[in-house]
Amino acid sequence: MLQRPAEAKETTYREAVREAIRDALARDQRVFLMGEDVGRYGGCYAVTKGLLAEFGPERIRDTPLSESGFTGAGIGAAMAGMRPIVELMTVNFSLLALDQILNNAATIRHMSGNQFGVPLVIRLATGAGRQVAAQHSHSLEGWYAHIPGIKVLAPATIEDARGMLWTALEDPDPVLIFENVMLYNMTGKLTADAGPVDIDKAAVRRAGRDITLITYGGSLWKTLDAATALANEGIEAEIVDLRTLRPLDDETIMASVTKTRRAVIVDEGWRSGSLAAEICTRVVEQAFWELDAPIGRVCSEEVPMPYARHLEQAAMPQVPKIVAAAKAALGRG
Amino acid sequence: MTGTIDKPRLSRAHALELLKQMVRIRRFEEKCYELYTQEKIRGFLHLYDGEEAVAVGVIPVLEPRDRIVATYREHGQALVRGVPMTTALAEMYGKQEGCSRGRGGSMHLFDSATNFYGGNAIVGGGLPLAIGLALADHLCGDDIVTACFFGDGAVAEGEFHESLNLAALWSLPVLFVCENNLYGMGTALTLAESETDLHLKAQSYRLTSEAVDGMDVVAVEAAARRAVRAVRETGKPYFLECRTYRIRAHSMFDAQLYRDKAEVEAWRQKEPIVRFRGWLEANHMIHPEEEARIEAEVAAEIAAAVAFAEAGTWEPVEHLTRFTYAEKAS
Repeated sequence: MLQRPAEAKETTYREAVREAIRDALARDQRVFLMGEDVGRYGGCYAVTKGLLAEFGPERIRDTPLSESGFTGAGIGAAMAGMRPIVELMTVNFSLLALDQILNNAATIRHMSGNQFGVPLVIRLATGAGRQVAAQHSHSLEGWYAHIPGIKVLAPATIEDARGMLWTALEDPDPVLIFENVMLYNMTGKLTADAGPVDIDKAAVRRAGRDITLITYGGSLWKTLDAATALANEGIEAEIVDLRTLRPLDDETIMASVTKTRRAVIVDEGWRSGSLAAEICTRVVEQAFWELDAPIGRVCSEEVPMPYARHLEQAAMPQVPKIVAAAKAALGRG
Repeated sequence: MTGTIDKPRLSRAHALELLKQMVRIRRFEEKCYELYTQEKIRGFLHLYDGEEAVAVGVIPVLEPRDRIVATYREHGQALVRGVPMTTALAEMYGKQEGCSRGRGGSMHLFDSATNFYGGNAIVGGGLPLAIGLALADHLCGDDIVTACFFGDGAVAEGEFHESLNLAALWSLPVLFVCENNLYGMGTALTLAESETDLHLKAQSYRLTSEAVDGMDVVAVEAAARRAVRAVRETGKPYFLECRTYRIRAHSMFDAQLYRDKAEVEAWRQKEPIVRFRGWLEANHMIHPEEEARIEAEVAAEIAAAVAFAEAGTWEPVEHLTRFTYAEKAS
């Protein structure tokens, strides 16, 4: 039976995240949000604007500048049966809470012999491009993806921004959701009935036969632009959006690489010891004999993110770098 | 001792129970030490010798529904709370019958049945957890108290200050129990803190606080009764500094170069079991046969725990990565 497609409305990534939070708060009394300036200020990136008036200060909880304290409080509340959402203003600030994330959230299920779990969601803003320099711009999601015991998500689309939160809240283990700051103003269509999405699988965002471009988060859109440029030269790139950085969906990655026989990984993290390095290794381990060319990587330059716009842009993955890496893998560099 | 001991409710039965619980911890840990030298227990082993009056004074005052967050020196807290000696010792053996399935060891005894949220081995790391447990109870309107144990070393950590502030700011039902044993590993409190009167720090966050002689089990219990009642009735946090002393080394690897033997010996004379037993004897509240009965009962319990741990089994290596994430119901 055909269903009438739900009406789609224009929205932003920011509004999609807000709607996801609102939906979660309405669905489940155990859900509450806490973080710096999430209430009266409306969120550093205006994501939570209006929620305080709707849900009150107990469930939209402004915190002092105590990242470790309130992240640990989220862990404790989760262990006691709540479903907290902790917002850390940027990934750089999350380092102040790293003790709680690594030593408690990620370990307690195992260390307690499965007696206690930590069903906590942490939202963090990540990424460069706003000229806020070296203490607000880094992409450390790859670091977090190193840690057993947590899951790491990177919603790149409006559907995922809207849909991943609820699925993450239903997960019995801690989930970190990295929202790239350059995506908050992105607009797109979202159907009125948009809801939860899976957090297990990577997605093929563009089908192609010649090369696989593997990416996530803010870099997805640059990679799509690169694919358009490559198409103008007769190269059809397939794009895999990882969506979930831990655990990685090897199956989707290998299926695509096996088909195209070439791969370039685009990752806003630093190159050395990066998520891109991990994916490259897995392809070599699992699909080496399918490859026709060395795997390429486009990562951030190994420098603290500079302030000046031209330097900052030069430090990040960009469309021309992705195009060049793809052509090199095809022997057309 | 006099003064604090003259509590009307200190029945003989209760006094004997306090003594028994302290003896139980002491003898258990003496056995742990022995088992460590036999390499039955490995890793770190932090003994509570000298500090037993704190756990024994505080924990029985709590209700079963209350919650406990402890440190890596938590054998005493676990035993007094009711974590079976059998599964606690099996845990230290690394056996899968252990209370944390052999994943935690001495520093990470967990027990959901008694709301025992674990030994935490990051100094200060348990305080934010306690805030969260209490926040959940606050949000749900439950009159549950979370007792959070930590040492004087934790007072220097940022998480201590963040947590005291959050507890007071948000009015959360946390009983902070500072076990001030005068040393953070090998660094004396006087070398670590500009203000060594630790409970004053809590007052700067507007918590009700008091310091108590942590070598006097009756004084600790009396203070804990005040504190727990206050937390339960007001929903607000309370800070109890228990002044005590760690008589043995920090861990099994500690040569104790940082303190004089005479200092340790002086504290040995005032340790809580010697003190309490002496007082009971002086006041004719205990008969030699009762002391013998306590020792015999404790010895039997320990023997059973050792037998249980020895008979325990090793988790198959194929299970290594289990419990990193929740397992889907099959």
